Amino acid sequence: MAVSTEWQKAAYVAAQAADARVHVELETEGMTLNIGPQHPATHGTLRIVVRLDGEQVVWAEPVAGYMHRGYEKLCEVRTYPQVTTLINRIDWLGHFANEVPFILAAEQLMGIEAPPRAQWIRTIFFEMARIANITLFLGDMGVQLGAITPIFFAFRDREHVLNLMEAATGGRFHPNYDRIGGLKDDLPRGWVEECKTAMKKMRGFCDEIEDLLMGNEIFQERTRGIGVIPPAVGLEYGLSGANIRASGVDFDIRRDEPSPLAYKSCDWKVWTHPDGDSFARYWVRLQEVRESTKIVDQLLESLPAGSIQAKVPRIIKVPAGEAWAHTENPLGEMGYYVVSKGGLGPFRVKIRTPSFSNVSIVPWLLRGVYVPDVITILASLYFILGDIDR
Amino acid sequence: MSSDADEGAPAPPVDQVRTGLVGSLRSHLGTAVLETEVANGDVWVRLERAAWSKAAGVLRNELGMDYFCFLSGLDWMANPGLSGEKVWDPDGGVSLDEEGGDEVAEEPAGSHHTGVAGGDSRFQVFARVYSTGEKVGITLKADLDEADPRIGSWVAVYRGADWHEREAWEMYGFTFDGHPGLRHMYLPSDFEGHPMRKDFPLLAREVKPWPGLVDVEAMPGEEAGEGEGTEG
Amino acid sequence: MLGLNIDAYWATTTLKVVVVLSLIPMAAIILGYVFLLKMMSHMQSRLGPMEAGPHGVLQLMADGVKFMQKEDIFPAKADRFVFATAPIVVLMSTFLLYIVIPAGPRLVVEDLDTGIFFALAVSSLSVLGILMAGWSSANKYSLIGALRAAGQLIAYELPLVLAVVGVVMQAGTMSLQGIVHAQADGEIFGVGFMGNPFIFTQFIGFLIFLAAAQAELTQTPFDMPVAESELVAGYMTEYTGFRFLFFFMGEFGTAFAFAAIGATLFLGGWYVPGVHGATADVLGPIVLGTKIMFVAFLIFWIRFSYPRMREDQLQAFAWKFLIPLSLVNIAITGILKVAF
Repeated sequence: MAVSTEWQKAAYVAAQAADARVHVELETEGMTLNIGPQHPATHGTLRIVVRLDGEQVVWAEPVAGYMHRGYEKLCEVRTYPQVTTLINRIDWLGHFANEVPFILAAEQLMGIEAPPRAQWIRTIFFEMARIANITLFLGDMGVQLGAITPIFFAFRDREHVLNLMEAATGGRFHPNYDRIGGLKDDLPRGWVEECKTAMKKMRGFCDEIEDLLMGNEIFQERTRGIGVIPPAVGLEYGLSGANIRASGVDFDIRRDEPSPLAYKSCDWKVWTHPDGDSFARYWVRLQEVRESTKIVDQLLESLPAGSIQAKVPRIIKVPAGEAWAHTENPLGEMGYYVVSKGGLGPFRVKIRTPSFSNVSIVPWLLRGVYVPDVITILASLYFILGDIDR
Repeated sequence: MSSDADEGAPAPPVDQVRTGLVGSLRSHLGTAVLETEVANGDVWVRLERAAWSKAAGVLRNELGMDYFCFLSGLDWMANPGLSGEKVWDPDGGVSLDEEGGDEVAEEPAGSHHTGVAGGDSRFQVFARVYSTGEKVGITLKADLDEADPRIGSWVAVYRGADWHEREAWEMYGFTFDGHPGLRHMYLPSDFEGHPMRKDFPLLAREVKPWPGLVDVEAMPGEEAGEGEGTEG
Repeated sequence: MLGLNIDAYWATTTLKVVVVLSLIPMAAIILGYVFLLKMMSHMQSRLGPMEAGPHGVLQLMADGVKFMQKEDIFPAKADRFVFATAPIVVLMSTFLLYIVIPAGPRLVVEDLDTGIFFALAVSSLSVLGILMAGWSSANKYSLIGALRAAGQLIAYELPLVLAVVGVVMQAGTMSLQGIVHAQADGEIFGVGFMGNPFIFTQFIGFLIFLAAAQAELTQTPFDMPVAESELVAGYMTEYTGFRFLFFFMGEFGTAFAFAAIGATLFLGGWYVPGVHGATADVLGPIVLGTKIMFVAFLIFWIRFSYPRMREDQLQAFAWKFLIPLSLVNIAITGILKVAF
């Protein structure tokens, strides 16, 4: 540029000045963004503070507690039957599944075993809670990625399961059905047949979603290789359920841990996937729903007759001791550590929720990730706010 | 090991896996293992406070406990205001269980009724880890000083302990040495107090003590304490 | 007519301007109701609005009234002038598009010789409006959305133009009326009764045009700038009331215009075999309307079915797939044109 006109020089200076203004005002380095607490993508009031460099995340930190209800403290001032009404609401989509570990812990302390029919029905309802919960996830993952149609199909087909729960327990979302020693009521007449029909419909829904969403090239491009969790890191953080099974770890409490529930009486498979990315988590959950429908079918076939409530005293006083009971909930491993001093209510209940541990990996996982992928990863980890915050 | 043997009945089968775990732990930590309990298909171990951080490494590397389940705290002080609760008597009205019953008696000041695997302080920290290979888990406890409850952190070994220790700090006031940054998990940053401690009041119970197990709501007109109506 | 010395040119121009100005909201309402409210709802196994008017036909009127009567809010840190002007810039580019679209042999505002060139040039003005909106909102979400939009819209201009080049080569003219006449008078292998709609010969071009139009309209799968579940509403986040209405009308008006251009370029526009002369002036708009609905159906159908692509995947799709494909299309068209 040997000869430059005055005009060119002036233009150059103006361009430099404009550039400086843009960089100062735009803060292109390290823009801090708040995702939430009011945000369409987070399942409730979760706030994630991310620091961005352009479109890449440099640092991320979830801030939980917008829904903290103090369950552990509340449980200390309730009697055992009253606690079940509270804990229904921890993971509100997999409602019945929250009650079961607590009841199992209390029964363990009392040395009571519920009769076989009750155990069978408990397992059936547990799996139905899983179906209701994960079906929503299957549709919801589409919405997070921009496919707005599958979620309506998910809601429509979920109704089959919720109607059945309502028929037996009176509550679509909070059944409050489990009691120490058994269940509140027996199943209504014709329920078994309707349940089998509903399971068939759920299997149809799974096939439909597989075609509609999982086979879609854009969905695969958006989820494959995104948010890979190595199994050792996942286990360190306490990831459980489909999240860790999608990283190839063969860990399923239904099969691995002894429990009075009826899992040993039917034939079913644990699904794992070696990839550990968002697609793997979606795939594993889809297979789990299918497997759950098969479990329910088998248990309905072999449902024993009999009473649904063991003999328990009118006023339940659980003897002193400590018990840990955990189950494979839809979101992961949920467990209750119940400390009893022999009173009407528990002395201390430690509620181990799966989403709390699942979300603790987010700061580690989100480094270097693009903003749209943040949403994909959060959607694939699948947490429920009530589960994180208790 | 302190499992009770029934008199006259054959001794319950020895839990090989868990007894082996306890033995292995003892060989690595020596006298830091204060008390153990193997019962009901589960194992509890109480450790010395100083060995807490070291134990994490032993569990992860030597015993193959790769899965971190949870970490939390226990406060053994009695539930305030819950002794002397009303008990519903099926044959009559409501009686006041003033003798305190058998299990919920007033505890002599200074002592604590602590749970499985013993313990002799008001505060305890407890954690659970699990081995996905062996399919066996172990619960560990450690006593904490009441005046200054602090203990080593597990974050260096189990990264997931980060959030659990933050919650324990927030709810109980335990300090974890070596934690990257103890700050509030659930509560706003200007919150005062540690809510899960038994002396932190649950407001509703301040206003009205726990009524106990009240089974039946009185009919209108018969409710004790209702104002006098014209119908006497 | 009225005894005044009214120039015929001004009379007809005023009439044309009034028609176009009233067409935009009508287009928005029709497209919005049929596709957004009803087709999407039925595809999602639900009914959509049913209350306002029979089967909810008056729903958009009600929405329009609602938007108009809202408070005119400016964010505290917003640049007021730019904030207020941005929706008008977007809407203006939409209006300018309608100038060249022919609805009948004599029903066109101005039959420019460079018709399609003008249309494509003017449609890219909306990028300015979007950038203005995102910048002046003083909101990080809006800014991210605007920057994404700018990158996307500029990238997809190229496949749009290149896809159209094939049609222009085949028709031999850039004027939209000329293109319609070329399709009307042409023949396919000697069969002349239905003319030669370019969709048969320019099928690849049609697909590229649809994909690029989808991106130009920021519809899923290319709706990163307005990614609802991430950025709330992208560059439109801070807009409420009638300003949001302008954006909404701009979006659907442009969709209508692009569907019209697509119908004109590939499906034969207002031409239907057997209708000539004066009847075509009456039937033309109806025929064009039907073809527009067909193209719009395709656009919206894809919108409701697909997840969205990430920004870099979107750019890769444009640069590495669509542009080479359209260049190949042009090459083939050129060869065949010379050969036949």
